[in-house]
Amino acid sequence: MLKLYGKYFAIHLKSAMQFKGSFFTSLIAQFLTSFSVFLGISFMFQRFHRVADFTYEQVLLCYGIMLMGFSMAQLFASGFKVFDSMIANGQFDRILCRPRNEIFQVLAHRIDFVRLGMLFQAIVMLIYGLCACHVDWNFLRVLTVILMILGGFILFSALFLLDGSIAFFTLQGLEFMNVFTYGAIEHGKYPIAIYGKEMLTFCTFVVPYALVQYYPLTYVLSRSEQLWYIFLPLAACLFAVPCWVLWRIGVHKYKSTGS
Amino acid sequence: MKKYLAFFRLRFSMGLQYRAAALGGLVCQFFWGAMAILAFKAFYDTDSAAFPMSLPAMSSYIWLQQALLTLLSMMGIDNEFFNVIENGNVAYELCRPVNVYGMWFTRSAATRVSNALLRCIPVLIVTALIPAPYGLMAPPDLFTFLAFLVSLTFALAVITAMGMIVYMITFHTITPRGVRLIAVNICDFFSGGIIPLPFFPEGFRQFTELLPFSATANVPLRIYSGDLQGPEMVKLMLLQVFWAAALILAGKLIERKELTRVTIQGG
Repeated sequence: MLKLYGKYFAIHLKSAMQFKGSFFTSLIAQFLTSFSVFLGISFMFQRFHRVADFTYEQVLLCYGIMLMGFSMAQLFASGFKVFDSMIANGQFDRILCRPRNEIFQVLAHRIDFVRLGMLFQAIVMLIYGLCACHVDWNFLRVLTVILMILGGFILFSALFLLDGSIAFFTLQGLEFMNVFTYGAIEHGKYPIAIYGKEMLTFCTFVVPYALVQYYPLTYVLSRSEQLWYIFLPLAACLFAVPCWVLWRIGVHKYKSTGS
Repeated sequence: MKKYLAFFRLRFSMGLQYRAAALGGLVCQFFWGAMAILAFKAFYDTDSAAFPMSLPAMSSYIWLQQALLTLLSMMGIDNEFFNVIENGNVAYELCRPVNVYGMWFTRSAATRVSNALLRCIPVLIVTALIPAPYGLMAPPDLFTFLAFLVSLTFALAVITAMGMIVYMITFHTITPRGVRLIAVNICDFFSGGIIPLPFFPEGFRQFTELLPFSATANVPLRIYSGDLQGPEMVKLMLLQVFWAAALILAGKLIERKELTRVTIQGG
């Protein structure tokens, strides 16, 4: 399976390199998307110096971690984002005919290399945040950051999967799903607690953004001594289960639409 | 003039067809606006002395921005013309006995107006019912409201003219991917789409206000919320007129140059 994915990877890379001009302008565009948000944060902090009790460096660390998970999900799981068109043009029928898992095939269908522009921005902010935050780094704190990034990656991928699964029932992507992906990355730049208690509750129990962002972050910044906060990102991965179930129901009920 | 009006009407009624898509967009806009206001509120609670606008003015700015998103932001650019350039149907457009610039200008302005009319009314009604300081407030007085309407028209002209230049660039690159998103990002940032211009550092803000990007959403939204008044308001509105004229002129010049050597894609 991994070998086959490697093959797909090489093919996507080759095809992206066929249109170098277009590829690099898109890369720059992706970078600008997250860079303008970063500039906005910088301007706000020049004026205010802190928000609630988070400093500029801490917010950049928070945004860096979130953006890293999000851009990785965009890079590897964006097949689900075009899934409605795969149903509409009958491509999914072809996928069902092949002797491989269909989720694997949808994932391999699209690897969106232009997202590297956003990933680059995420890496720079993450490194800056890691260095500038005055955190006494030890094994557990590093582990927490890694789990946060991984948890974010899985959570956003699960949201893309959910978006794709809904297309089984509506035959068209739903625009409001963007709130949970693009909206979450736009507003997840600040620790979720600043949006108030209700929002924090929502982001803990309904869509668990806070489990990969706010709670583990308080542990990394030594605001909380709760050791179990380290493993909350793993709990957030459970969000993928209902999404997967919905996907299975969708595949089970699937009737071909097209030509 | 009559044919441009016909184009405008046609596009307008087409835009009104997609009601379901508009409903999905509405949900996004409410959520987006609420989150943005909550974030600004958190900054306000941290240090209210450093906050450059009043809280109700900031809320009005955000809600109006959401309501008029498709009218005033680069994101509302009509994608039809990108498709036409990419798939070669631009040949049909060039065959028509009308000036391409004028035709596309009216059609893309019409798309913006029809999309916005459909979306803004529910947003305006609901947000006006939200209690202060989180809701959309009424404009301070009638004069401000009239100035807002005038400035809104100028802003529509500027953003449409800017969109035309993006189309002309696409004649060159063929694929809109990348170019479109770069234009959206730059325009969004410098027109106060990410954070309103009063939040920019002094000096940089004055520089930004001279750019054509800030002659779009920035001016009408700040007039409505009462943030922009007196001679400062007149100055920025005159700048809007200047940029609208300059961008239309520039667009026409580029059009003349580009259309002498158009490559038609496909058959």
